[in-house]
Amino acid sequence: MAELMYREALNRALFEEMERDPLVFVMGETIGERGGSYKVTEGLLKRFGPRRVLDTPIAEASFTGMAVGAALVGCRPVVEILFIDFAMLVMDQIVNQAAKYHFISGGQGRVPMVLRTQGGAGNGLAAQHSQSLEALFYHVPGLKVVMPATPGDACGLLKAAIRDDDPVIFIEHKLLYMTKGEVPDGEYLVPLGKADIKKPGRDITLITYSRMTLTCLEAAAALEKEGISVEVVDLRSLVPLDKETILESARRTGRVVVVHEAARRGGVGGDIAAMIMEEAYDDLDGPVVRIAGRNTPIPYNLNIEKVCIPSVEDVIAGVLKLV
Amino acid sequence: MKEEVTAAGGGPPDAAAGAPLDRGLLLGIYRNIYATRRFELQCIELYREGFIRGYLHPYLGEEAIAAGVCAALRRSDYIVSTHRGHGHCISKGADLKRMMAEIMGRADGYCAGRGGSMHISSRKDNNLGANGIVGGGIPIATGAAMGIKVKGTDQVVVDFFSDGASNNGVFAESLNLAGVFQLPIVYVLENNHYAVSTPVECSTGCCDLAGRGPAYGVPGICVDGNDALQVYEETRRAVERARRGEGPTLIEAKTFRHGGHHINDPGLYMDAQKLAEWKARDPILLMRRVIAEEPAVAEIEARVDRELEAAVEFGKNSPEPSVEEFLAAISD
Repeated sequence: MAELMYREALNRALFEEMERDPLVFVMGETIGERGGSYKVTEGLLKRFGPRRVLDTPIAEASFTGMAVGAALVGCRPVVEILFIDFAMLVMDQIVNQAAKYHFISGGQGRVPMVLRTQGGAGNGLAAQHSQSLEALFYHVPGLKVVMPATPGDACGLLKAAIRDDDPVIFIEHKLLYMTKGEVPDGEYLVPLGKADIKKPGRDITLITYSRMTLTCLEAAAALEKEGISVEVVDLRSLVPLDKETILESARRTGRVVVVHEAARRGGVGGDIAAMIMEEAYDDLDGPVVRIAGRNTPIPYNLNIEKVCIPSVEDVIAGVLKLV
Repeated sequence: MKEEVTAAGGGPPDAAAGAPLDRGLLLGIYRNIYATRRFELQCIELYREGFIRGYLHPYLGEEAIAAGVCAALRRSDYIVSTHRGHGHCISKGADLKRMMAEIMGRADGYCAGRGGSMHISSRKDNNLGANGIVGGGIPIATGAAMGIKVKGTDQVVVDFFSDGASNNGVFAESLNLAGVFQLPIVYVLENNHYAVSTPVECSTGCCDLAGRGPAYGVPGICVDGNDALQVYEETRRAVERARRGEGPTLIEAKTFRHGGHHINDPGLYMDAQKLAEWKARDPILLMRRVIAEEPAVAEIEARVDRELEAAVEFGKNSPEPSVEEFLAAISD
């Protein structure tokens, strides 16, 4: 068991998959010589050479579309979009092309590509470099969406995403890159679509993903001292969604709070809340509560940025509303 | 190593110029032009009869481009097509039966009735498919070429798209990428003079769109798109260059749509005089002149007619996709 940073765990996953399969290659802006803005692709160029580690021009729509084309001819490209905000430039290729191909071709072809990107606020990067946009991809049939919170999950899920035969939107969080955690030695895969109960509890369930998992764990620890036993379910994948684990936990505790950093309106939390109420209504002791980002662009100033996304205190307050 | 940039309209010298073309090749090209023409007319009829729904974008008048280009390709080479893609599909080797079934939305179609005319593909021929987004296929084709490079095979990709698509941002991005990475791809710009209804003169300030290639280090060549042999010759040279690892080429094939943008567009905005001039140079007429011998032409035409008749029967008799099976396959 090695203790790695989140970015090192991702790097390890890329190394291992590129070693394992010569059809895996990576593409993106400044990922080669510079090793990526967050150092996730560091060392790949030296090991695998410029044929499989491609520094692209700033042309997101086309190099993402190239990943679609390369996947169609049998490769397993991993394309990096520096910020999820820039993924708005590639929506045709992801939404209309990658997500649809398997379906509209009647199963004649598949698109085994991964789009790695990162989102989230917290660094004063302002409105065009801080967004949480997973709901846009979550909404589109044909895409898988993965958002790991820990180094172990980052490594295991990225490897699984690369081996998956469908397009996977793999969303990292910029504040997680330097966080540390254990990554099991050897071949470590985390299946897509399997949530992880990061902390078991009896009284209430927090359903969350990505960096908010850490926020929820902190809130759960504080609430534990008050005698409230909180379960933290880290979804890890949004699509496929592990309904079984969500519903089992909801039925067991009877109280559910969904927590995410993305803006509340139209967020994934609303969909999960509706699903729980539709399928586990009789076992609930109250409405499913959402704790989510404010419906605002993210501001630059750190003090006003901070209030846009859920804090530990916000999560605690949400829990106290229900118990 | 990068190929020297060639100016628009001027291709590299061809050692084989003037050499007689193989008769089988000529007949094959004629077969595909004729089959596409007849197929499109048949589709229009079936549309009027209610067997085909949705959008149908006939390739009438442009058939020589697909036929000439695909004659220069191997089965293992890839093509990426457009919403006006029946001609590409036929010329790359598709079975008319399965095409017709697809366009009718039936279970035996290439895409099991899920794609229709606008999304038709035949992977057995390495036709990666048509596209409902103008320009949407350009990055995909570019990526297929990148995939070939990563895999290290000697395949080549042909990307068909239109004058309209060449004004979309991905055209510029993709040509630049193909130039940077020296990808094995031939971009075939089918300039049919209209982006839906906007004449090319009103959508761009330049006259030869091939001239955009050299700006990205990609040689640009203009050809007469109604002359299948000219198309074939330039494609052959571009494909050979690509196969040798010498990078991409942009071929602009000038042609003229014989009707509106799609079946329900009468094309009243089209320039009648220009249309008449282009129709006088109909690709079928030009190719018949080359073949000259009537018996061969008649034989090809009769065979295609029979094939097409069988395709219509096949399509009509093919079952609708099963709703139950479709719903059962959806996971939430």
